[in-house]
Order: sequence, then C-alpha cells, then structure tokens
Amino acid sequence: MLLTEVEPSVNPLMPATYRVVARRVETDDVVTLSLEPTSGPSLLFRPGQFNMLTAFGVGEVAISISSAPGAPGPMEQTVRDVGAVTHALCTAKVGSTVGVRGPFGTDWGVDELDDSEVVIVAGGIGLAPLRGAISYLVDKPGRTGQVYVLVGSREPDQITFPDDLERWERDGAVVKVTVDNGDAHWHGAIGVVTTLLPTISFDPARTVALVCGPEIMMRFTVRGLADLGVPLGSIRVSLERNMQCGVGWCGHCQLGPLLICRDGPVFAYSEQLERLISERER
Amino acid sequence: MLSHMDLSASLIVDRAGLDGLLGALAARGYRTIGPVVRDGAVVQRQVSSTGDLPQGWHDEQAPGHYRLHHDDDSSLFAWAVGPESPKSEFYPARSLVWRTSSTGDVVTLEQPQQESAPAALIGSRPCELAAMRVLDRVFAGGEIPDPCYRDRREGSFVVVAECGTPAATCFCTSMGTGPGVEDGYDLALTELTSPDGPRYLVRVGSARGAEVIAEMGGSPAQPADFASRDAVLENAARRIERKLDAGNVRQLLASNLEHPRWDDVASRCLACGNCTLVCPTCFCGAVSDTTTVDGAVERHRRWDTCFDLAHSLVHTGPVRATTWSRYRQWLTHKLSTWHDQFGTSGCVGCGRCIAWCPVGIDITVEVAAIAASDGAVPVHIESGGDRS
Ligand SMILES: Cc1cc2nc3c(=O)[nH]c(=O)nc-3n(C[C@H](O)[C@H](O)[C@H](O)COP(=O)(O)OP(=O)(O)OC[C@H]3O[C@@H](n4cnc5c(N)ncnc54)[C@H](O)[C@@H]3O)c2cc1C
Ligand code: SF4
Ligand code: SF4
Ligand code: FES
Repeated sequence: MLLTEVEPSVNPLMPATYRVVARRVETDDVVTLSLEPTSGPSLLFRPGQFNMLTAFGVGEVAISISSAPGAPGPMEQTVRDVGAVTHALCTAKVGSTVGVRGPFGTDWGVDELDDSEVVIVAGGIGLAPLRGAISYLVDKPGRTGQVYVLVGSREPDQITFPDDLERWERDGAVVKVTVDNGDAHWHGAIGVVTTLLPTISFDPARTVALVCGPEIMMRFTVRGLADLGVPLGSIRVSLERNMQCGVGWCGHCQLGPLLICRDGPVFAYSEQLERLISERER
Repeated sequence: MLSHMDLSASLIVDRAGLDGLLGALAARGYRTIGPVVRDGAVVQRQVSSTGDLPQGWHDEQAPGHYRLHHDDDSSLFAWAVGPESPKSEFYPARSLVWRTSSTGDVVTLEQPQQESAPAALIGSRPCELAAMRVLDRVFAGGEIPDPCYRDRREGSFVVVAECGTPAATCFCTSMGTGPGVEDGYDLALTELTSPDGPRYLVRVGSARGAEVIAEMGGSPAQPADFASRDAVLENAARRIERKLDAGNVRQLLASNLEHPRWDDVASRCLACGNCTLVCPTCFCGAVSDTTTVDGAVERHRRWDTCFDLAHSLVHTGPVRATTWSRYRQWLTHKLSTWHDQFGTSGCVGCGRCIAWCPVGIDITVEVAAIAASDGAVPVHIESGGDRS
C-alpha cells in the first residue's frame, strides 16, 4: 500500500518495566531516581534525550535522562515534584517498579564538541537534562576546549547536584553558581544567571552553548551570549511542551511547525526559533 | 499496482454486482463497513448487503446544518460525507494500550490482541481516501510508525465511491482531493444513472482489487461508461461553489498570526472541539490511566482536541489559555504548519467542520477574511513576560 516499509517493531507505546534501585533527595522538591531494567540491558541514550516515565496508576510524563551515557551504575532521572505524576515519581520507593519508554528526541550533540569551548547555562531543574552532557564533556579524554558551567537557582537550598558541581570543577571545568535571593549562609553571587556571562572569558567564535531552563531565562541567556559574539546557530536550547506520546503521534507538543518530541527537544537556536517562542499566545 | 488506465479490468455491474462484492469481501474475512442511516445521519456501520445502504437518502448541508431527506429513487450513494470518517477504523476513538497485572512490586504489562478482522471500507469518498493518506503520513510515515494504525490500515480493503452529489459544504476541488479519484484504492465505484436504475462502473486500483473484481460478475466497461463517469464528475465539480486558495493559504496564515480576524472568530467559537472530532485528519490524542476494581492499571488512548484547555497544559498552566489561541492553533495547523510537519495539507476539503460547527464557523470564510486584509497587523514579537 502507501506505507513505508518498516520492520515489524515493538509498540513504542509499551513501557519497559524498570526497578527503582536508589532514590536521592536533591532539594525539598527534587529527587533523582536510579533505574535498572527488570530484565535485559538498560537502554542506550545520548545526553539531552528524554524518557516517558510511568508511575503506575497515576500517569506518564516526559523526564530527561540526567546521567551520562556509559557512566558506571544505573541510569538516572531527576524529577521535580510539580503535580500528580511527578509527585508519584518523586515518592517512588526503592524496590518499586516504574514504566520507561524511550529514549526519545534529539540530544545535545556533545560528541562533536572536542575542540569547542562549551558554555553551559542552566536555570533551576534545567541542570538535570544538562548533567549527563557536562559529565560526558568533563570526563572525555582528549578534549581540548574548556567547559564552563553557569547555574542559576532561585534560592541556595534549591541548588541541585552540589556534589557534581564540585566534582566538575575539580576535574577542570569552570563552575559558577548564582541565586536570585540569598540567605544568611550564602556568600556566592546574587542575581539572574545571565549576570554570570561577563564573568567568564571564552572565545565566542569557538564556542558552543547549551542552555536549559524556563523559556524566559533561555531567551535572555541567548541574548547575552549573542551580545558577547556567540553566533545564534552555535547556541542549543531544550524546549518543553505537554507530551502524551513522545513519538510524534499525539499533537500535544506542537510549537508552530515543530513537534518538540520529534524535532527536539534540543534545537539549534535561530531567528525562526526566537520568533516561535516569542510569538504571543493568549 | 495496476494502472487505472487498464480499461479491460473495469466492469459495469448493477446492484446485484455490489452484493456480490460484499459477499466476496466477507468470504475473504473482511468486516464490511459501509454507510448506513442512523439517528438522522449517514454513518459507518457493518453492512452485509446493499439493503443496508442509504438507498434514496440525500443530505442537505450548510454551515451549522446537516439534514437528511428520503426520496423513492434507488440511488445508494447520492449523499455527501456525514459526521464519521474512516479515521475511526484505523485510529479508534478510544482504545486500550496496555493493562498490568502485578504481584507485590512486580508489574507485568499485557498488550491487547489486535481485536477484530480487517476492515473493508465500502463507499469511502475520494476526500476520505485523501484523508487516509494524510493519516498514513502522520502515523506510519515517520521514523517511529504506529504499529496499531499500520496493521489496521495495511490489512484494510478500500472501495471508494466517487461523488456525484457533493454537499454545499464541500470544497474538495480546491484541495485537489475530489470529486473523482485515480489511485490509492483497491476498487473504485462510480454510480451511473440509467433507465433501469443505477449501474456502477468498477475500476481496479490494486492487485487485491483485481482478485476481488474477478468474482463480481457484471460486464466489461465500455468507452460510453467512462464517458458517463466523466459527465458525473464534471457535473459534481460544477456544483461545488465553496473555494479555498490552497496555493496561498500556507504562507497567508503564517504571516498573519496577529490578524484582527482571530479576535472576530474567537468571539464566535465555543471551543467545543466538534470540528476536530469530525475532521478525518485531526489526529491529536491523549492517554489516561485508570485503576480497575481488581487493582490492575489500564492505559487508554483516546482522541483529543486542541480546543481543550488541557491540551497545552504544562505545570505553569496552559500555553494556549484562550479560545483566540486555540482557534488560531487549529486553523494554522490544518492549513499551514501541517505542511511543515508532514509535507501535506491537513485539510482535504470535506466540509465536515463547517456543517458540524454548532455556530456555523466556516474555515473557507475565515481564510478568505484574512486574505481580504492580508498583513492587517504585523507579527507581534513580545519582549517582556512569557509563559514559563
Ligand atoms: C522533553 C521534556 C523533558 C523534561 N524533563 C524533565 C526533567 O528532567 N525533570 C522534571 O522534573 N521535569 C521534566 N519535564 C517536565 C515534566 O514533564 C512535567 O513537570 C510533568 O509532565 C508534570 O506532570 P505532573 O503530572 O506532575 O503535573 P500536572 O500539573 O499534574 O500535569 C498534568 C499533565 O499535564 C502535563 N504536563 C504538565 N506540565 C508539563 C510540562 N512541563 N511538560 C510537559 N507536560 C506537562 C502532563 O501530561 C501531565 O500528565 C520535561 C518535560 C519535557 C517535555
Ligand atoms: S479541516 Fe474541515 S474541511 Fe478540512 S478536512 Fe478537516 S473537517 Fe474536512
Ligand atoms: S470552530 Fe465551531 S466546531 Fe470548532 S471548536 Fe469552535 S465552535 Fe466548536
Ligand atoms: S509528544 Fe506526542 S506528538 Fe510530541
């Protein structure tokens, strides 16, 4: 008939069952789950891709993979408790079973960045989808380009992955953290994450930037990077919309001409993308 | 695939020939799904003989209007599309995706068996065939095909009925999808009138079609029968008055995202989603999980609509909070961004969304109104706040 020839495939709507083998509390509303398949090998993924995670009896949501590919130990996913499904995932007990479909979508493209300087800018939970990319870059032997990690957080106790931040710095990355509102114990920078950009010196022509956070933060960060001379096409962002399928069939993740699950979530920035995320909805 | 030019394979049959067709398809194990009149509309149900078909039924359609009336003629296909479409055969309005059985912390998932016999669609219209080809791209043309859709669709047999009596809401001629059709079917029927009641030109469009036609009886079609078909189609095309400038609309909508017409249509639209549910190409779906009394979890997949507030929900709230945004999403998707996503228009010109809109919103009128003052408001780029 008119259909493309394809191998009979497993149904991409069928989750595989994974066991929660560890649960680490990151902040008061963020939890990292370590997941191992109940049978067979763990899935292969690239940093920036996401899975659809099912809390059985509650529902399914899109969550990025927060560990690095090839890293020892189980796959990790970091979840912020903002609603019914994410709450069920954040409170999943060690030993319980969750559903995993994936990996889906585009990735940060970190294996092409050996000679580039990489500026990573994360806002809030936006560090989770970047965490695997940062570890991969910091750990990859033979890379020459410097890695800069700029993190913005609302408050000091909302900073995620403090151990990783220290570890990346030890292993050669430039790591800077700022908070919107400090407290008595905070001695670091105060201000939005874009204020960190002028504090690092990098060669904009050799730089690739990876940016993840709320859309408003990503737009201001892109503007800041562009002002410092980074070409728009060298800036990659990760976008988020409602997702019911992850495979291009449900229509929920549309952003104008894009299906974010299929064409993204990681996109090279462009004038067109700027127009799309700035276009007024009401 | 045989050529539609293969005249020798074409037949002329009477109504008994169509009964032969239904019998031959049933004998091959197909569920024969055809048009029947139920609750005042032509809908799709299982049919076993031509006695089930809408003999003598005719429709009257206009914006927000659909009525049937009955005459004592013996036509079977002298009506235009009703509220249902083949979409529901290949992509059911609700289906079970999986169900669990669990013992303690061990969860096992079961996939339902593909339930029923393959469908033979009897009397699908050319625009409906075009709509199936649009859905083929959505569900089976991408990198990750939907095996449920693909199995149902590939297993199906399609008997198209060309259109002699389009409705006032039809605009297939603008979209290049009707009233005739040259390929993509297994068999194509054209209802021809004759003094002894209707006769049917049957053309072959596939090897499977050729096998079935061999069991139909009837006599070889003559050049005069093809001339009659041409006359039926020309007459039908002449009757279609509604127009949409399909060549221009993709760019037109993309460059008029702030046009004042969106305010106007938003003030009339009820955001009820009827248009998306009757549309033969609208594919949006949602999943929902429920727990049964025996403790098993079931996930169902169901049709969804972009007019629902929850369609664009993220944890900070809906991206498209108003009817203004949601109507704009629907129209720009159908006629503009669908091309970007799937390389085809999302509209086949069937007119369902016009007839079944309770307030009679007509997409051809909306597009014309935007075209009439193209560029009325330049695209507005916001510089401050944002939804995240
Ligand atoms: C590609 C991608 C990657 C993501 N990665 C992460 C991650 O690593 N960590 C993390 O904590 N969150 C991530 N999110 C956001 C996460 O999917 C939402 O927070 C989650 O869907 C909220 O669901 P809920 O049921 O807990 O909330 P509710 O508000 O109860 O949501 C109800 C429904 O709305 C939908 N929904 C709500 N918010 C979102 C949203 N932001 N995005 C998509 N659908 C939404 C879901 O379908 C959900 O079932 C990601 C989203 C996307 C699209
Ligand atoms: S948009 Fe309207 S006219 Fe076009 S295919 Fe859908 S229902 Fe038919
Ligand atoms: S256009 Fe009509 S049918 Fe569609 S949502 Fe609006 S009121 Fe309902
Ligand atoms: S999440 Fe379903 S189409 Fe993208």
